[in-house]
Amino acid sequence: MPLRLLKYAWKKPEEELRFFPSEKPLKQSYDAVIIGGGGHGMACAYYLAKEHGITNVAVLEQGYIGGGNTGRNTTIVRSNYLTSEGVKFYDASLKLFEDLSEDFDLNIFYSTRGHFTLAHTDSAMRTMRWRAEVNKHHGIRSDVVDVETIQKDIPYMNVECNGQHPVMGALYHEPGAVARHDAVAWGYARGAQLRGVEIHQKTQVTGIQTQGGKVVGVQTNRGDIQTNKVISMVAGSTPRITRMLDIPTPIEVFPLQACVTEPVKPFMNTIVVSGSLHVYVSQSSRGELVMGASVDPAELHSTRSTLDFVEGLTDQMMDLFPFTSRLKIMRQWAGMSDITPDFAPIMGKTPVEGFYLDSGWGTWGFKATPISGKTMAHTVAHDQVHELIKPFALDRFENFKLVGEKGAASVGH
Amino acid sequence: MTLRLPPQPLEWIDRNETVSFEFEGKTYTGFKGDVISSALWANGVKVLGRSFKYHRRRGLLSFANHDVNALFQGQDRPNVRGDVVTIDENHSLQAVNTFGSLKSDKGSLVEWIGKFLPVGFYYRAFYSPRFLFPKWESLIRHMAGLGTVDTGWSEQRQPKRYHYCDVAVVGAGPSGMAAALEAAENGVEVCLIDENPFIGGSLDYQFANEETVFASRNRLKAAVFSHPNIQVLTDSTVAGYYGDHWLAVNTSQGLIKLSAQAVIAATGVFEQPAVFRNNDLPGVMNASAAQRLIARYGVAPCKEAVVLTSNPEGYRAALDLLASGVEVGAIVDTGEVSHKWVQKVLTKGIPVYKYAEIVEALGKKQLKGLVFKAAGGEYEIACDGLLMSVGWAPAGALVYQAGGKFSYDATAHQLLPSVLPDGMFACGRLNGVHEIGHQIEDGKLAGEMAAQYVTSHGTSKTESENSVVTRYREVSAHSHHYPIWEHPKGKNFVDFDEDIQLKDLKGAIAQGFDNIELMKRFSTIGMGPSQGKHSNMNGIRILARLTAKSIDETGSTTARPMFHPVPVSHLAGMRFRPERMTVLHDFHREANAKFMEAGNWLRPEYYQTAETKQACVEAEVSAVRSSAGLVDVSTLGKLEVFGPDAAALMDRLYTMNMSNMKLGSSRYALMVDDAGIITDDGVAVRYAEEHFYVTTTTGTSDAAYRLIQKKILEWGLNVTVVNRTGQLAAMNLAGPNSRRILAELTDIDLSNDGFPYLAMRQAPVAGCQATLIRVGFVGELGYEIHVNANDSATVWQAMMQAGKAYGIQPFGVEAQRLLRLEKGHIIVGQDTDGLMNPFEAGMPWAVHLKKPYFIGKKSLAKLKQSTSRTLVGFELQVNDAARRPLESNLIIEQGEMVGRVTSVGFSPALQKVIGLADIRQDLSDVGSSFQIKLTDGSFVSASVVATPFYDPDGSRQHPVENPKGAAA
Repeated sequence: MPLRLLKYAWKKPEEELRFFPSEKPLKQSYDAVIIGGGGHGMACAYYLAKEHGITNVAVLEQGYIGGGNTGRNTTIVRSNYLTSEGVKFYDASLKLFEDLSEDFDLNIFYSTRGHFTLAHTDSAMRTMRWRAEVNKHHGIRSDVVDVETIQKDIPYMNVECNGQHPVMGALYHEPGAVARHDAVAWGYARGAQLRGVEIHQKTQVTGIQTQGGKVVGVQTNRGDIQTNKVISMVAGSTPRITRMLDIPTPIEVFPLQACVTEPVKPFMNTIVVSGSLHVYVSQSSRGELVMGASVDPAELHSTRSTLDFVEGLTDQMMDLFPFTSRLKIMRQWAGMSDITPDFAPIMGKTPVEGFYLDSGWGTWGFKATPISGKTMAHTVAHDQVHELIKPFALDRFENFKLVGEKGAASVGH
Repeated sequence: MTLRLPPQPLEWIDRNETVSFEFEGKTYTGFKGDVISSALWANGVKVLGRSFKYHRRRGLLSFANHDVNALFQGQDRPNVRGDVVTIDENHSLQAVNTFGSLKSDKGSLVEWIGKFLPVGFYYRAFYSPRFLFPKWESLIRHMAGLGTVDTGWSEQRQPKRYHYCDVAVVGAGPSGMAAALEAAENGVEVCLIDENPFIGGSLDYQFANEETVFASRNRLKAAVFSHPNIQVLTDSTVAGYYGDHWLAVNTSQGLIKLSAQAVIAATGVFEQPAVFRNNDLPGVMNASAAQRLIARYGVAPCKEAVVLTSNPEGYRAALDLLASGVEVGAIVDTGEVSHKWVQKVLTKGIPVYKYAEIVEALGKKQLKGLVFKAAGGEYEIACDGLLMSVGWAPAGALVYQAGGKFSYDATAHQLLPSVLPDGMFACGRLNGVHEIGHQIEDGKLAGEMAAQYVTSHGTSKTESENSVVTRYREVSAHSHHYPIWEHPKGKNFVDFDEDIQLKDLKGAIAQGFDNIELMKRFSTIGMGPSQGKHSNMNGIRILARLTAKSIDETGSTTARPMFHPVPVSHLAGMRFRPERMTVLHDFHREANAKFMEAGNWLRPEYYQTAETKQACVEAEVSAVRSSAGLVDVSTLGKLEVFGPDAAALMDRLYTMNMSNMKLGSSRYALMVDDAGIITDDGVAVRYAEEHFYVTTTTGTSDAAYRLIQKKILEWGLNVTVVNRTGQLAAMNLAGPNSRRILAELTDIDLSNDGFPYLAMRQAPVAGCQATLIRVGFVGELGYEIHVNANDSATVWQAMMQAGKAYGIQPFGVEAQRLLRLEKGHIIVGQDTDGLMNPFEAGMPWAVHLKKPYFIGKKSLAKLKQSTSRTLVGFELQVNDAARRPLESNLIIEQGEMVGRVTSVGFSPALQKVIGLADIRQDLSDVGSSFQIKLTDGSFVSASVVATPFYDPDGSRQHPVENPKGAAA
């Protein structure tokens, strides 16, 4: 029994501090307004307050905290990317993740599981080797492993894949982890709130006001706010926000779906991804297999579920894990992912002074939560783009300085 | 002790056949048709499982396919639901998630320390010191989960099928049957779907003793079965509503994908438990669960019952109990009593207590009694069964998934449909209609409306906006507005799956999780396998009260598929992974080909003519270089483009100028995307002014075809593209003797003048009409020959025959890769990455920026001046076989990554290791050297060399000789 729990002998949980304040009116003005109360928005608020002393901040969330992609992803954290820019960025994120529970005084269940990205073709093997080499160059623990090694760790995997596209090897990424996604948003929110940040749920931004190319305020369904700094940290809705300012972005929105099985006793200790089979899977601490696949084939601004998704996923899943045919799918859901042409995010400053963008998080947003918050907070506080995110600037698309991360996307797109 | 009753009129069991099965090591006997829970209950086994967190003993609760505390471990599957799965002689069952046994579960120690484990306790501890977290996590994981997976279980797959109907009626209770019948009478095809093995719904268990309904029940059932327009699907659950009225119907035989023009939700309601201290003791159950137990399985819920009720249904349940011989000690009514059933109950001598407040249920392992307050006094009544009849929640998942909305009716104290999407109708208790006659009328109306909707093609008008019918809705409450009685000592359970107590929700709300979704995520209410079917409504009521909001303001969590969990084997269906073989596959196999997978295709990687792969590949390469080889390239994408705008389309798609191609010529076809990144390459030929033919790489053929179709529409061009990939076959005859071999099979002039390099000819080869393109991918005199797939065997055989004298050899992908590497030709996707443009790939000649437009032109115009890296040829400075780089090894310069090896191989012609590398521009000059970091971390030196490595002036592709006969 951990000592931390003994206090509940005489203390009721409701006597704990509130994570989030109860509803209250908006102030007339803030030093900064963050649009989007997901992990990224909360992390940015947290670091603005904690590291830069900027606390007169409002986080505006149209739904509830963490209700967007923060609560819809499959909780995987990894840094085995393909480009130097990506590897450095996600590695910094992973290191922050490792400290979060203690930072927050809240267990985010950060669980290092090891992460296998399976290769079923020789071209996939080339990509795995490329990623491994780039990772190792940056001191990241990634290796190309052979089938025997995979079988040692995951003896119950059918590497023959029913005779088609058998597993040829894998990229093994030892630091690959999962975390309790909601808790990450809650931890940041509570930390930000304790430092004075205001969190307003059910508050939708309807417009952003500018004067002479500078941000001067935000319109919401609950009234107008004056501010000189607006940070857009929404997922799936970036085009809606950038359209308010006529800022073109190359973002396209695709649904991304996931599902879980009924809970079973934990048996799967690693994270397994197969690009060829369009499957990624890990087992949650509650015992459900959490599974995802590639984004939907067509653009759509919706979180509806499709049967095709769960049919395809279960079918392919069985090539690797035949025994899962005896499990049942309990629930499926969807999020909206902002996909960029180079599969890297868009972060930093924009042509409108005082408007900052944290977007293009496609299928890789959750794992970037801490570092996005930290670097965006730095960027906003100093009005100077943080070194780590300079490569992700919006103008890279005009300047052809793309950051090609397609090869490191979890599954095919 | 047995609780089995005498035969019931509509029971689902066959008393002539007994079935024995094992549970927790003991053998029990039931009747054929018994579900696991009913068979055990009949044997007096009331503890069916242990709860998830505290490992408390649990029995029956809803008995409606969401009793998650009665889950069993089967030999061949986990989480077998006791309330729906019938017993089987082969069953050897255990309770899930116990430590020790169901009887003596060490997991119940958790309850002793329960007060240290408040809501979300796991967020509060275990993280510090950090090194201990894995230990704690392992313990938590040990406690988590329900059934156990045996990873040795074999794969199971159930075929799926499609089905179509005009109107799908979901739920075959009174309103559903009436709806189906009425729709069918109106001339449309109806599918009536019910999750139970028999239709009838509540008529068969809640009205089992009500003679007044027997006639209409029997008439309805008979009419449904005899109506030619109605198809009945029993044992079938609609797991989800998907776009365009697609229903996923899970049956015991597999999944049916049902497309319906209109859907009637007659899905009914879930009975909701009351929340009070010890409401989870075995013996406490919903009244409807008890009624199902009696009517379907002839099993008594208990010997002595108390009924806790807020509605007439509770009184009727009491009468059902009496009729089956169970004593009813009291009816404990939570309110005023004012309906006709009171008198009936009183005349049977059952005391009725009004305005009752529940204090607690008594008992340790099982229910022993109930304590409540009424009329100023506190009462304790001994009982072994407590039936709760305090209200209903809509089984509204399908309506929600279709985009419908519910709002709270403060009279009925029930959530009722307020907005129904186009083509969806709702009736019966789901729609707030409880009186049986009204349910049937409500169903009829829905059936009529749905039929009209179908026959009018969706233009019919309904009596209200949004097709919601309110005329039969109740004017009195059938649900308690807050069936929750808090006890200071706790154990007031709200969610039985997750062991969530009232205090947990209070704790969550007080800590700021006061939004329905946040409360769910923090407390985990509704996250278990029953997905909130018995807990969501009470959760909403609690949250609404504690935040002083209305039920509508509080909202509900999202109702996602699956309605009930669906086996993976059903969703997946039969495995279908097409594997494509070229027409020449058998020839390759006869020639001992070793196949590799290329997309869906199987291609010869090499032919086993020697012992090692390397020796085989080298022999094939040598044949091509010295005499002749033949490779099957049928997997290339093959598109035919024709129409007045064909040339315009080709110009817009490809980087080179295509509209100025002469008839009978070919041209390299390079495609880039808007950002100028190489996406595909192939060869284009021009058959006629308005007729082109172009190949794509094997992997991109579908994507290229899709893109071209999309672009034709976007650009509004008058042109057609036909994907002929499978219809045509292609092979490449290459080598210095290829012309001589070909000359034996065709009559056309093959001389350099008659058929120059890069020309195209259409002529018969071996008597089969062919397109011949003189190309040089492998760096020798060569011809790509495209023929109808049906002719390809003839042509292949003829060439192998004609080539025999020259020692012709078939060659595979490996040899081809090596041959092209010697020529420095790139493979798109291997030598190019997700960002490489033609300038970087060393192909500026392939970009014609003078054209008015092509995809990516704008980008390439800019990129031309700003190349920062380039693809170069290299060779190793020392040819050490043991220290050869692999593809994707990095190039490092002063500790920085500056490039990557994209292709590498040992060239038989040059007798050294050669390769292509993607390298920083300033290091790309011929003669400069660089360091490649091998996988083991050591370095080898390489030098940039000019490409082609082999035959740099290309003379081998242009040999001058007399095509007919031997050397000139």
